Amino acid sequence: MQRELARQFLYDMMLARQFEQAAADQYQQGNIAGFLHLYPGEEAVAVGSLRAADAGDYVVSTYREHVHAMVKGITPRAVMAELFGKATGCSGGYGGSMHLFDREKRFLGGYAIVGETFPVAIGVGYWLRMTGQNDVVYCFFGDGAANQGTFHESLNMAALWKLPVLFICENNHYQIGTEIHRHTAVPEIWRHTTPYGIPGKRVDGMDVAAVYDATRDALAFVRAGNGPMLLECDTYRYRGHSMADSGAYRSALEVQELMARDPVRTFRERALAEGWIRETEIADIEKQVQETVADAVQFAEQSPDPDDVRKDVYAEPFRLYGGSR
Amino acid sequence: MRSRHANLGHEPVTVRARELKVWEALNLALDEAMAADEAVFILGEDVGLYGGSYRVTQGLYAKYGEWRVRDTPISENSFTGLGVGAALVGGRPIVEIMTVNFALLALDAIINMAAKLRYMSGGQFTVPLVVRMPGGVARQLAAQHSQRLEHTLLNVPGLRVVVPGTPQDSYWQLTQAIECDDPVIVLEHELLYNDSGPFDAEAEPLPLHAAAVRREGRDLTLIAWHRMVGVALEAAETLAGEGIEAEVIDLRSLRPLDLPVLVKSVEKTHHALVVEEDCRFAGAGAEIAASLHEAAFGALDAPVERVAGLDVPTPYNGLLEQASIPDAGAVVGTALRILTPRV
Repeated sequence: MQRELARQFLYDMMLARQFEQAAADQYQQGNIAGFLHLYPGEEAVAVGSLRAADAGDYVVSTYREHVHAMVKGITPRAVMAELFGKATGCSGGYGGSMHLFDREKRFLGGYAIVGETFPVAIGVGYWLRMTGQNDVVYCFFGDGAANQGTFHESLNMAALWKLPVLFICENNHYQIGTEIHRHTAVPEIWRHTTPYGIPGKRVDGMDVAAVYDATRDALAFVRAGNGPMLLECDTYRYRGHSMADSGAYRSALEVQELMARDPVRTFRERALAEGWIRETEIADIEKQVQETVADAVQFAEQSPDPDDVRKDVYAEPFRLYGGSR
Repeated sequence: MRSRHANLGHEPVTVRARELKVWEALNLALDEAMAADEAVFILGEDVGLYGGSYRVTQGLYAKYGEWRVRDTPISENSFTGLGVGAALVGGRPIVEIMTVNFALLALDAIINMAAKLRYMSGGQFTVPLVVRMPGGVARQLAAQHSQRLEHTLLNVPGLRVVVPGTPQDSYWQLTQAIECDDPVIVLEHELLYNDSGPFDAEAEPLPLHAAAVRREGRDLTLIAWHRMVGVALEAAETLAGEGIEAEVIDLRSLRPLDLPVLVKSVEKTHHALVVEEDCRFAGAGAEIAASLHEAAFGALDAPVERVAGLDVPTPYNGLLEQASIPDAGAVVGTALRILTPRV
């Protein structure tokens, strides 16, 4: 592996871990409100998959999307400010944690209704195919979303018209509090693509290098005009579904077992063992990450609130005033 | 090349006639918009090879090909959401939902997505999406195929809802909806598609959301849209025989509502009656009446009333079906009561 890539993976994942911890702290302090869904445990999925993307590729993501947004290029400042609801946030303070957007970075949003990312992504894919563009659209979803009608409807259309969509399942084994064996008859999500003739593959979602390699292969397949593909990343979230959820439905033993496979620590150990990175570089990253997150929090704290509640409901003013005709 | 499929033999409407049917006017608007802008494309059930359930997309599949006139599977939520996704990145999709009843399956795409993405993204994205859907009580289609959806769509900030009822308005308003950068719901009425009316492609269009006075009068304002405009005009004719001059306003748009035109009329007539096909309780008529009371209470000599559909699912039986929606007789009866001086 290239040293630079290994360093990037480690930086991204350490930043993600630190950023989400800061978000949790700020939530506890009352600076962040609403629903806040955090990503610890799942870092390898966003980092491995999105580091394989081209700048022109689009991303449609879920409500647990802070890390996707940052890896796609939205700054930690803009994401944290959005969590604070500030005017400097990437959605101007109008979206919040679940609705991060950046037109320039081709980040098409976090969607907070489970199963919405599928139709949005096939719409982007339809437009790309119709206009002959070579970009790919990423469609993130969780294991719970695989039981929405839109999953099957959209897989069908994506396959029917060979749309350039890469479906990425972040299988963290729980739809809020219901474990996958209790919500899905066939819990291997990758197998759900079979009736649509879409290649599906399962990858270790705790291994950033494995996710990266699988994504590169999948992107090559999709970009070559073969139609969609689905990657199921087997992962885990350490926290509850959101800050409002203690996660009491899981045993402490289960969480401990999964933490033993922690994607950040295991990759750090491997990178050191393989000689991809040195301890001193890791210490530098640690310092850089802490400074970046502290700066993001400070930026969010000091930013102004948005002040126009009526802005951007419509793109154009209404034209009224008819009369005799 | 002529296809073995009969529908491919039909051409889009091209005649700049002085008279067109509503479906022909809609077809002409679609054809012109597609010719003018390659970002415009159509998708929906049977819009392509079949030519559309009400012929509105006739001839367009042969002319523009399958990528711009896309026959979809029966997956309303996902193909409407597909339109939202394409609109975010440069497309100008026109989604046809076969009837408003099926649009209930697509409300996530319409209400949770299309209406909110501009606002939630802090104004970064626009959603230039048109969703066309026929609805209303037609001919004995029973409760699941006879609904009106105005009440639901009106209450959604971010949507525009227009209700063209004439060939001229159908052409103008569909053209304007396609040009608009916001999501526009175009509600069409199943019984109006084959209505003929005067048509002038060169005439200066009314704005998308402007109401139109269809008949002038001094005694009472009848407010209606879609097929109820015809019912109101019929009632006005009868009332004229009684010496009562009713003004008939075709709203043309429900969100936004062209309230200034209603206020101006009521300042002249001092009486208003909303004629609505939809069920009375919490329908669009309730909003219209409330808005008019707030805006023009001082001008009113009597409360704004509603003649509306009964609060029942639409029955299959033809006689019962007719009894469930307003007719001119009911409008005349209520108008006479409103105008009778109270002792």
